[in-house]
Amino acid sequence: MPAAISTEGLVKSFGRTFALDGLDLTVRTGEVHGFLGPNGAGKTTTIRILLGMTRADEGTARVLDGDPWSDATDLHRRLAYVPGDVTLWPNLSGGEAIDLLGRMRGGIDKKRKAELLERFDLDPRKKARAYSKGNRQKVALVAAFASDVELLLLDEPTSGLDPLMEEVFREVVQETGRTVLLSSHILSEVEALCDRVTIIRAGRAVESGTLSELRHLTRTSIQAELVGPMNGLAQLTGVHDLREDDGKVQFDVDTDEINPVLRRLTEIGVRSLVSQPPSLEELFLRLYEPEAVK
Amino acid sequence: MKSLAGTGGLIRLILRRDRIVLPLWIVLLVAISVSYVKEYGDLFPTPDSRIKYASNAGFITLYGELSGSSLGEFVTWRLGFVPVMVGLISLLTVIRHTRVEEETGRRELLGATVIGRHAQLAAALTTVFGANLILGLVLALGMHSQNLPVAGSVAIGIVYASTGWFFAAVGAVAAQLTASAGTARGIAIGVLGGAYVLRAAGDTSAHTDGPLAWLSYLSPIAWAQRIHPYAENRWWLGVLMLAATIALTTTAVVLATRRDIGAGLLPDKLGPADGTLGSPLALAWRLHRGLLAAWTVGFALLGLLFGGVAKGVGDMMKDDPTIQEMFQRMGGSAGLIDSFLAGVMTLVGLIASAYAVQATLRMRVEESSGRAEPVLATATSRWQWAASHLVFSLLGPAVALLAAGVAEGLAYGAAIGDVGGQLPRLIGAALAQLPAVWVLAAVAIAIFGFFPQASMISWAGPTVCILIGLVSAGVATAGWIRNISPFTHLPSLPGGSVSAGPLITLLAIAIIVGFAGLVGLRRRDLPA
Repeated sequence: MPAAISTEGLVKSFGRTFALDGLDLTVRTGEVHGFLGPNGAGKTTTIRILLGMTRADEGTARVLDGDPWSDATDLHRRLAYVPGDVTLWPNLSGGEAIDLLGRMRGGIDKKRKAELLERFDLDPRKKARAYSKGNRQKVALVAAFASDVELLLLDEPTSGLDPLMEEVFREVVQETGRTVLLSSHILSEVEALCDRVTIIRAGRAVESGTLSELRHLTRTSIQAELVGPMNGLAQLTGVHDLREDDGKVQFDVDTDEINPVLRRLTEIGVRSLVSQPPSLEELFLRLYEPEAVK
Repeated sequence: MKSLAGTGGLIRLILRRDRIVLPLWIVLLVAISVSYVKEYGDLFPTPDSRIKYASNAGFITLYGELSGSSLGEFVTWRLGFVPVMVGLISLLTVIRHTRVEEETGRRELLGATVIGRHAQLAAALTTVFGANLILGLVLALGMHSQNLPVAGSVAIGIVYASTGWFFAAVGAVAAQLTASAGTARGIAIGVLGGAYVLRAAGDTSAHTDGPLAWLSYLSPIAWAQRIHPYAENRWWLGVLMLAATIALTTTAVVLATRRDIGAGLLPDKLGPADGTLGSPLALAWRLHRGLLAAWTVGFALLGLLFGGVAKGVGDMMKDDPTIQEMFQRMGGSAGLIDSFLAGVMTLVGLIASAYAVQATLRMRVEESSGRAEPVLATATSRWQWAASHLVFSLLGPAVALLAAGVAEGLAYGAAIGDVGGQLPRLIGAALAQLPAVWVLAAVAIAIFGFFPQASMISWAGPTVCILIGLVSAGVATAGWIRNISPFTHLPSLPGGSVSAGPLITLLAIAIIVGFAGLVGLRRRDLPA
């Protein structure tokens, strides 16, 4: 089965600034793919290229085996999009906006719409100008999830939702069984929902893979109380920030190099050992930092 | 005065944001006004020539009655439309810095800092009042520098400034009434338009000894005008304008106290839970119908007004061979009333082109507000999306012009007892404006398609054509300048002869330019 989304070497510049600088992205059919990166990394530009709204300067993009620019209208029948900043027509009610977007996409499932309105606790009779940011986002989410489509492009869809509604969003995504590209800043959401993630920075993908694959890229922190002197520990590859205080050592170790380090520790003799796997926050902070590019 | 805390900071913010626009319109309006002194002094050196020129009924409708034949009075009269523009700019600026700020949510951001409840309104009004005061002062200096008397120069400064103040306060009241800036603008511009129409109808009626002269007394535009600079210099009318401004400002403050930030006085009603809209065209109808209705009603009123006064104009001119002669020189070959009506039709066509541009730019509004994005992410192509809006920017003006033609035909036909004969003639004359209107719409499409960020430049089309129309009506203008305006190439209807050539050329230009713009739209990034 071909990938739902694949891009190769996408380049897009606005004037002199490069929004995308050779982006590769592959989203397999059926997976929920996390799309992460700091503000201004090029996430929204990528999604707009995938929607055929923006044309890439270089590189290729395929969406559902079609060209997003020239086959836009046909592809849009098979996908739904939730923008990060949802603006609606102020004098249309939420229900009208949902039905309008759904119909223009090729039809909306009435039962599913009613169910989603109920779950997201949204009053569809209110005029859009009376909605808060979160409620406007719910309008776009209901319109997207009530449509019969194969692919969902979600650009930070939960940035205005309260924790309760975010939980509903997670359930809904988990139930869909459709391909989802989820741009997000909320790490717990990514961890809970995504099969694979791609992290981009300054218009390039810096990492791509499953979360456990990515975890290997970072360091585990270890605290140990040793029986003997810590001879040779500092010289081992992958050991960083080693500190010693009265027989207790504390250091970080590259997760790939953990085996030889543990072997050395047991040779010295261990009285107690605490090992902390890298948190997602640390992982992302490292990858988001400018000097993280390997 | 806690409710005014932070006003100073907000004024600085407004001045920062408008640092180009605000001085620009002051300089522009003063420059135009002062330049008229020399220009019209040269063209009409004698009192007789001025009186003759000003007794044209069309001019009386546009600018009102001449107060006297001195150069100052004559120039003030000829500038009669400029205070209306001052009023328009003032009310738009006030709404832009009050209701628009609330609608976009920026007011909320500021409201959480140390900003009093009335600070935003106070800041907007202070700035606009101040700008109008400066405008009046600079104008007075400029007029006096052209060797016009001091008192009259101060008085014309007061005419401009007080009209600006009054309509700034109208804008402030309108901004309190509805949650939508668009509706607030509509209300305020409606008041301005109403005041102008009252003055036009009253003055025209007075000139023809009609029964409706009293209408002018209801119009603040007429109040300011009747200060009569360089003649009586009626200062008390300036005081009246000031009092009316204070009354309206107080009203706005009271209204502001009674409502929540972001809300209008009337709460939003609930809408339907399920929608019937399901296509780009249905959405466009929803977005454009208010505008279409407002313009159509406005055009119908304009048609009634002009159709109603046309007979009086003819009767008046019948008795005056010199005016007859002048009118015929202006191109009225087939009778005086026809040439008056043809001039009116050109004016109506020019206004219709402003509507066409406004409706076309709705696409840009949809784009830059982010509302085009979700629509274009559905199975709606850019062609379909653009076409749904263009239905209204091309056919909307047609409907509005039709309304003007029907109203004018009915009113004039009823006055001379020939509805059956006049109705089709005037409908035809109104619709004959369409090719030129469409050319300007097509230019707007092209700018939107290729240079979306510069879309606002599309307004230059109607503006330039209106200027060319106004200037060439008064002074001899080089042919190539007049030829820039597509309206120059339209037949003079009713009465004139029609040749298909220019009309077909205009239509062809409209189609080619408009289509090119759509190709540009298809090829560019959106949103851009």
